[in-house]
Amino acid sequence: MADEDDEIILSELDDDELVLQMHDDLYDGLKEEIEEGVRILLERGWEPYDVLTKALVAGMTIVGADFRDGILFVPEVLLAANAMKGGMAILKPLLAETGAPKVGKMVIGTVKGDIHDIGKNLVGMMMEGAGFEVVDLGINNAVEKYIDALKTEDADILGMSALLTTTMPYMKVVIDTMVQMGIRDDYIILVGGAPLNEEFGRAIGADAYCRDAAVAVETAKTFMGRKHNQMSGN
Amino acid sequence: MTNLFSDLLASRDWLLADGATGTTLFNMGLSSGDAPELWNVEHPDRIATLYKGAVDAGSDLFLTNTFGGNASRLKLHGAENRVHELNRISAEIGREVADASGRKVAVAGSMGPTGEIMEPMGALTYERAVEMFHEQAEGLKSGGVDVLWVETISAAEEYKAAGEAARLAGMPWCGTMSFDTAGRTMMGLTSADMATMVEKLSHPPLAFGANCGVGASDLLRTVLGFVAQGTERPIIAKGNAGIPKYVDGHIHYDGTPELMADYAVLARDCGARIIGGCCGTTAEHLRHMHEGLVTRPTGPRPSLDQITKALGGFSSAGDGTGDDVQPARPERGRRRRRD
Repeated sequence: MADEDDEIILSELDDDELVLQMHDDLYDGLKEEIEEGVRILLERGWEPYDVLTKALVAGMTIVGADFRDGILFVPEVLLAANAMKGGMAILKPLLAETGAPKVGKMVIGTVKGDIHDIGKNLVGMMMEGAGFEVVDLGINNAVEKYIDALKTEDADILGMSALLTTTMPYMKVVIDTMVQMGIRDDYIILVGGAPLNEEFGRAIGADAYCRDAAVAVETAKTFMGRKHNQMSGN
Repeated sequence: MTNLFSDLLASRDWLLADGATGTTLFNMGLSSGDAPELWNVEHPDRIATLYKGAVDAGSDLFLTNTFGGNASRLKLHGAENRVHELNRISAEIGREVADASGRKVAVAGSMGPTGEIMEPMGALTYERAVEMFHEQAEGLKSGGVDVLWVETISAAEEYKAAGEAARLAGMPWCGTMSFDTAGRTMMGLTSADMATMVEKLSHPPLAFGANCGVGASDLLRTVLGFVAQGTERPIIAKGNAGIPKYVDGHIHYDGTPELMADYAVLARDCGARIIGGCCGTTAEHLRHMHEGLVTRPTGPRPSLDQITKALGGFSSAGDGTGDDVQPARPERGRRRRRD
């Protein structure tokens, strides 16, 4: 327990200091402190979108990098994502009101026959942490369910997860069906799960295999960037 | 208290455990997504064949087909009210196969993770985890297992909950964790952390160790991590038969029977007392592992270099033990810490 003298009063910090402190607090998974920080920045007249990107998303990027590098592990990331969620709950209605730019929308789910969800949940949380909208279909998803959701949600990205070597091949069924329907290239398809690897991702026709949640976020950002470029080029 | 399993462990330098349950059952026609545990009732003959495969290959113990036999996992198949029944029947089939083998073979009651994340990160309480594991343990006990076998656990709290369940059931147990994330468990536990944690339990396991994870090399690095803690407790090594590859629409593990024989002998050299396989390990692999352990002498403890030379590279540079401890992020200042 820190001494009372050491206690940080968030409202006494200037903007730059406060944002850095919020990065630390996200890293430490301090939900209440993050909520307080978000409110203070909003009271100081910050745009909700700036609070999201400069304070929250930037902080989660540090968490993601340390997770990728094996410095942080799942428990710490879950706590950080939970703190992020607290901040997001405040920002979400304001972001909608102000018409802030959307980062992208992802439909995610574990494939048919597979009931594992920890990895998928982690990706979902990290994607939300990076400002993406996430539609979570849960576990055991048949191809129709993925495709329905992609259409009704007008999503940009399909994320599929499989934790079993026996369920991995189902990802190919989903992608093949999308090819047959002529909608494969309308979406970015990311796959992940413990037994997968890059070679497998390529073999089944996914856009990328993501070895962990941090890589998933980075990959999604890269592909969304390309997508935007293509659209403006057309 | 002694029983068949502890007698085996006391009287032998090494024991051969079994191989893959899932891989074998899928080869027998189990569809992905179906609960393997339901086959204990629907296809008891196939489960007996699974067990016999390990026994005939020379295994001294085999695990029951009950990995996902806790209420939380069975609920996904609407079978959460059949925990006791499915575990008991799977154990009974195992008992028959073991007793008919003509030698001492132990039946180990497999108990896999709940699949839920424990408090405070997730919703599962310690009490509820104990309750679910206990329910499963009682079913396995009444079916006649010699020992409970907790495996593929990621969180220390879940491991402890399973141990507490074994205590409540009055059963000896063994427990392994899966070190699949940069040499640690998904929840960040190192091999050193586990070796320390195990000794603090009021009802400690008869043996502890690692199963599944990434490849055979990683698993042996983890075993060396246990040994480095100076533990006297028997160590279990149950590694996958290589890395899964996608070939013509099917998954194939690249670890050959010959490679798994090298792995088994190296595992013993590393200090493991109970050696087996995990995903991808067929009866054919087990036969080679058995032959390797019987015909080759125990050698000196291998270095990490010798392990990678024989079995392939590691999945990560370090494993979070020894000099490899990653520096924590420097704190900006004075902050209440999380814990």
